[in-house]
Amino acid sequence: MIFQSVKMAMDSIMSNKMRSFLTMLGMIIGVMSLVVLVSIVNGATKSVTDSIANIGTNMLTVMIMDDKDNPLTLDEVDMVADYSSVKYAAPLSNKSATVKHERTSESITLYGTTGAYYEIKGMTLLSGRFIKNADVDSSTFAAVINKTAAEELFGRTQVVGETISLNGYHFTVIGVLDEEESTTGNTSERLEAYVPFTALSKISGSSRTVSSFLVASADEESMDAVENEITKYLYQRFGYDSDAFSITNSSTIMETMSSVNDTMKWMLGGIAAISLLVGGIGIMNIMLVSVTERTREIGIRKAIGARKKTILLQFLIEALLVSIIGCLIGIALSALTVLGVNRFMDSISASMSLDVVLVAIAFSAFVGVAFGIYPAYKAANKPPIEALRYTS
Amino acid sequence: MIELDNLCKTYEIGEETVRALDHASLCIEDGEFVSIIGPSGSGKSTLMNVIGCLDVADTGNYYLDGMPVEKFSDDELARIRNEKIGFVFQNFNLLNRLSAQENIELPLVYQQVPRQERKRRVDEALDSVALKKRRNHKPMELSGGQQQRVAIARALVTKPSLILADEPTGNLDSKTGDEIMLLFHELHDQGNTIVLITHDEKIAKQADRMIRILDGKVW
Repeated sequence: MIFQSVKMAMDSIMSNKMRSFLTMLGMIIGVMSLVVLVSIVNGATKSVTDSIANIGTNMLTVMIMDDKDNPLTLDEVDMVADYSSVKYAAPLSNKSATVKHERTSESITLYGTTGAYYEIKGMTLLSGRFIKNADVDSSTFAAVINKTAAEELFGRTQVVGETISLNGYHFTVIGVLDEEESTTGNTSERLEAYVPFTALSKISGSSRTVSSFLVASADEESMDAVENEITKYLYQRFGYDSDAFSITNSSTIMETMSSVNDTMKWMLGGIAAISLLVGGIGIMNIMLVSVTERTREIGIRKAIGARKKTILLQFLIEALLVSIIGCLIGIALSALTVLGVNRFMDSISASMSLDVVLVAIAFSAFVGVAFGIYPAYKAANKPPIEALRYTS
Repeated sequence: MIELDNLCKTYEIGEETVRALDHASLCIEDGEFVSIIGPSGSGKSTLMNVIGCLDVADTGNYYLDGMPVEKFSDDELARIRNEKIGFVFQNFNLLNRLSAQENIELPLVYQQVPRQERKRRVDEALDSVALKKRRNHKPMELSGGQQQRVAIARALVTKPSLILADEPTGNLDSKTGDEIMLLFHELHDQGNTIVLITHDEKIAKQADRMIRILDGKVW
């Protein structure tokens, strides 16, 4: 019976191809806007979470805002690093500077830190080594530069042992970092150099005090424990003033970002869903016309024994088929659009998930039934003699 | 067997009340070939709709094979039409999108007869109207006489208790009309019960028995 109904519905859809296509167009556009918009938000979420995951989800950034004239020292950072739940802790200061080599002069970002930074950030070296604790202790003028800096200054990457000038101070290049993998595909254009924390203090003429440092926990689960421990320590250290310092948790940033993206997804998805509803109204409109046009057919079917349920099912399946076929075409076109976006647009990446496809199908089916039920009900309840007498 | 007992039916058309059936009673035995004749407006369409279970009278009783029809719901009436009555209409009333074969098959589809059995019975019905060669044609590709034969095959395929024909020759030329009448005689000879509704005296006289209807009254 169902098979017969599907066949009849298919026949009637095919018998008026132009009209069926135009009706489907509403669904096609609705499904496309739903799937493509959600895919673009998904893509954005993915690239944000990927880049946060790159930084490390087990990392805390601590910033001292008010040192109460009793600033944190390097030794105290080392003490934090000795906590059982803490794996690494590294002080971090930064400064923009001018880097010179022979006649090339560029602006560069200098980071003053210790060897632990390399581990926290999960960096990789192309050649040479990273800063060691001995460099920090003796304030060695040694620098680890990134690949971009090596290429800009020397035109090559094998530059360990060369000398560069940073704000007029001569530094020996001890290592070259590999390019960080970036999910968006575009590599960092910035020139960066990492020098011993103490060396940066020296050339910038500041004291060896720490105003910010990074902490890595052993794993993601112990993040909260680490955060609590450090908060407790700093709270006591800075005269019980919780405003004196701030701790930023990378997984909190990730949660915030993904909740923002979720909101975006629901908002855009909601707008697209409205266009699907409009598509549904189109289906209802055409089905009502179709029911009137086919009044005689309904009469004949009833005369030879079709029950209400049979007629209802026939028209409902027809509406459902129109919406589902439209939905499938829309999904196919969305997949092409997503491929096109990823291929030809650098700034946006889209990622189509099975979830949104399933939601689109379910919603289209719902729309088909919701807007098909009234015309089908109207058809099913036509009195047979009136329907037979009907002349168009 | 058909028994109509004191059926009344009125319609409101604007201000006017039309008595389409006025205490109509009649009885048709199995295997009879009966014609119902009356001018237009005599109530014969209403009578045919009631006999065909397309409509129910306001008062009175109608027994079809002993079943009280006026007690049935819409869906039960649909089932009775499907199983017990074969309709043949003046304007054929075939579904134009379906082939001859599919049109004939439709009542069996509604009866949920299995596919093999459907095919066998459609073949049989096509045979009895001599249209096997045209089975895959759409109604629009057939002549009027052929279309009416498809409609008759559709009426026959369920082996109904009653074939109800409403002006079956009305849209056909006289030669084709004669052929269709010949077919009805054949079907009657095979034991089918036939009720033929017409306004044409010549056609009506071909039946075993003539029932006249005028102003809703049966004579």
